[in-house]
Amino acid sequence: MNTPPPVVPEKSRGALVFAAVIIGLFFVGLMFLLAYGVKQSGRADRESLPSPLIGKPAPAFDLPVLHDPKVRISNKDLAGAPYVMNVWGSWCPECRVEHPVLTKFALTKRVRFIGYNLKDERSEALRWLEQFGNPYVLVIADEDGRAAIDWGIYGAPETFLVDGLGIVRWKHVGAVTDEILANELIPALEKAEGKR
Amino acid sequence: MLPELGQITLILALLVAAVQAILPLVGAHRGKREWMALARPAAYGQTVLLLLTFAVLTHAFVVQDFSVKYVASNSNTLLPMMYRYSAVWGSHEGSLLLWVLVLALWTTAVALFSGKLPEPVVARVLGVMGLVSLGFTAFLLLTSNPFERLLPAPLEGRDLNPLLQDPGLIIHPPMLYMGYVGFVVPFAFAIAALLDGHVDARWLRWTRPWTNVAWGFLTIGIALGSWWAYYELGWGGWWFWDPVENASFMPWLVGAALLHSQAVTEKRGSFAGWTLLLAIAAFSLSLLGTFLVRSGVITSVHAFAADPSRGVFILAFLGIVIGGSLLLYVLRAPRTEGSPFTASSRETLLLANNVLLASACGMVLLGTLYPLIADALDMGKISVGPPYFGLLFLVLMAPLVMLVPFGPLTRWQREQASKPLAMLAPWAGLALLVGVAAYFMAPQGPWKTAAGAFGGAWVALGTLRFLWTRIRSNGRLTPEMLGMTLAHLGIAVFVVGALLVEAQNVQRELALKPGQTLEMSGYAFRFEGVDETQGPNYVSDRGHVRVLRGDRELVLLHPEKRAYASGGQVMSEAGIRPGLFGDVYVALGEPLGNGAWAVRVHIKPFVRWIWLGALLMAIGAFITAADKRFRRTPETRTA
Repeated sequence: MNTPPPVVPEKSRGALVFAAVIIGLFFVGLMFLLAYGVKQSGRADRESLPSPLIGKPAPAFDLPVLHDPKVRISNKDLAGAPYVMNVWGSWCPECRVEHPVLTKFALTKRVRFIGYNLKDERSEALRWLEQFGNPYVLVIADEDGRAAIDWGIYGAPETFLVDGLGIVRWKHVGAVTDEILANELIPALEKAEGKR
Repeated sequence: MLPELGQITLILALLVAAVQAILPLVGAHRGKREWMALARPAAYGQTVLLLLTFAVLTHAFVVQDFSVKYVASNSNTLLPMMYRYSAVWGSHEGSLLLWVLVLALWTTAVALFSGKLPEPVVARVLGVMGLVSLGFTAFLLLTSNPFERLLPAPLEGRDLNPLLQDPGLIIHPPMLYMGYVGFVVPFAFAIAALLDGHVDARWLRWTRPWTNVAWGFLTIGIALGSWWAYYELGWGGWWFWDPVENASFMPWLVGAALLHSQAVTEKRGSFAGWTLLLAIAAFSLSLLGTFLVRSGVITSVHAFAADPSRGVFILAFLGIVIGGSLLLYVLRAPRTEGSPFTASSRETLLLANNVLLASACGMVLLGTLYPLIADALDMGKISVGPPYFGLLFLVLMAPLVMLVPFGPLTRWQREQASKPLAMLAPWAGLALLVGVAAYFMAPQGPWKTAAGAFGGAWVALGTLRFLWTRIRSNGRLTPEMLGMTLAHLGIAVFVVGALLVEAQNVQRELALKPGQTLEMSGYAFRFEGVDETQGPNYVSDRGHVRVLRGDRELVLLHPEKRAYASGGQVMSEAGIRPGLFGDVYVALGEPLGNGAWAVRVHIKPFVRWIWLGALLMAIGAFITAADKRFRRTPETRTA
């Protein structure tokens, strides 16, 4: 092993260059592919296929009101004008992130803003609203999360726009930001109002 | 204000990593001793700082400080104490911190045990490890800060993903990371060698045990993950070719190739360039795996939440590290050849081993990225799934298994092909006999059963034949040989397990009312109903299934469906009676009303052998690493 190693003859130089080119091409190809993947992963519709509910009637439901469980609200009670429904829970940290954004939006009184309290303890939910403020005109409570299945709700927060005919027009999974409000929800709302 | 302290120690760790990365490397280049000497203290300092950071985050979980966003998202007042510790690495930020910490521990180990290596080598190796650490610590601080506050603090946290609330998953990630990240050592040595422009067989000998230990940990980590999927997901499967599983399996395959090629390079001086390339590839694949899991590029049940800014950062890092290493390799790879060898020699066999393992890895990579390729080429959303992987894997691994017994019995450089053939012929015959017997005894799936029995017997007998020759000729067995023997026996055990459970698995799914009995392959399963029990943070529908064989009662199993209080997620816990020659496996499906439940029953012969085989491979790797020969350290190199 101590003898000086033989130098590769000229002939196999070509093979080495060839191997280097292959390695390089493979690497560049892989990087482009992954970069494409990263770009795509930012698209909201990539992970979850677009909600099958979009363009379809909102599911029928009949749920108690959080503040007064004796009163029940069904989809028929909400028909006639568009409404935005925001799914939240006191157990959901992300909901606290979007709360100021949603409060600002609710104060504009642009549209009826309904809260959908998902899988929560009533007392905890009420305390949460007391602590952070209640932007909703009405909160319906889905304690066992059964009605949420019909809506295709994965968790909280999620936000839906339903038009006056009861058709789901828009949906967002995750915290709503100012950009999403301005670029997605408001235009969708304008469109829904125009169509009616 | 402890979390802020953790923040500060993390920032300090970043600065120390920068020192560890830059000064020793420059120092080694310019021959400045004082700069090189900084490598070790920097490595120790970084480890201490990261340990402190980790302790602070753990403390936040133990005392449930929900003002830390990461804690609020991954913990809950009901979470049992044991899982508060493991919740630290339950999600992206914390597990990345664990990643960096494990890297620091490996770095410290290298700093401690490299006393006899030449100073410039140590400086370069620790410098390269510092560069990797620098990148990841920056990633952690800039995109995934675990100490971000959430003020005012919520009253209740969101809870740790219930899938992770399991004893097996407490140690699975640390083991996996020990393996994954451990490949940084051979990688750093390869880069140091390329920078130095001189591959020395003696350093290579020094890195071999490191590769073995890392690979052993990775083996255990993967096996734990597979075992967990088996009893927790309730499907009775043990491997799903999921992108995240593949992400850990690719470095494993290349790592196995690296173990073997390192042995050739160390002993014969051959394949030096190839060994360096494999060392780069093994760690690059670890990085790629980390990227795939955390960027949201690939969708998988295990993947962490997607965040494009993270994806961009880690992709850039990946590009720099892998691209830089490959460029360095192309420019500086040793253009030397070791001792020549003929077509019939151990070198050739190990070359075949490497080609097959590398191809298998390429095939897994292609399959994993295929959905992305299809998406990029606008061919729609598709997934290749188990049929593709299963078939190709069999095609590539079958010849490898056939070749295993030949390797140790064939001499280096030149061997008359007839010699090992003659030695192994009777054992091949015996293995064939076992296969034929299995074919006729199998109640179902005779071909796969026969293949499993033959393959397992062939590898086991051939390996024992080597052991016997060895002991008879000089009665001495080095740890290196013992380790190799155990690992190869592990392959035999694994082959039997994987193929027999595939061939002999029986399963039925049936609606059962309390009192009803399901009979299957000689077992009777009496369903005795479901009652509700309260766990620490879940409510469980706990089934009672009495298993009888003939008139004898075997066991009372309790499959469960747990609904976690925090998010209402439902988890299944299979009821299993483990056995060396087969498991009885019962899982609860859905309630069907009137006390009736869908009940899924499996009989899984030899399923334990899969993990037993993996364990043997890992033990073999550890024993090999313990060989004293690797520690008889090289005298200082003369330039």
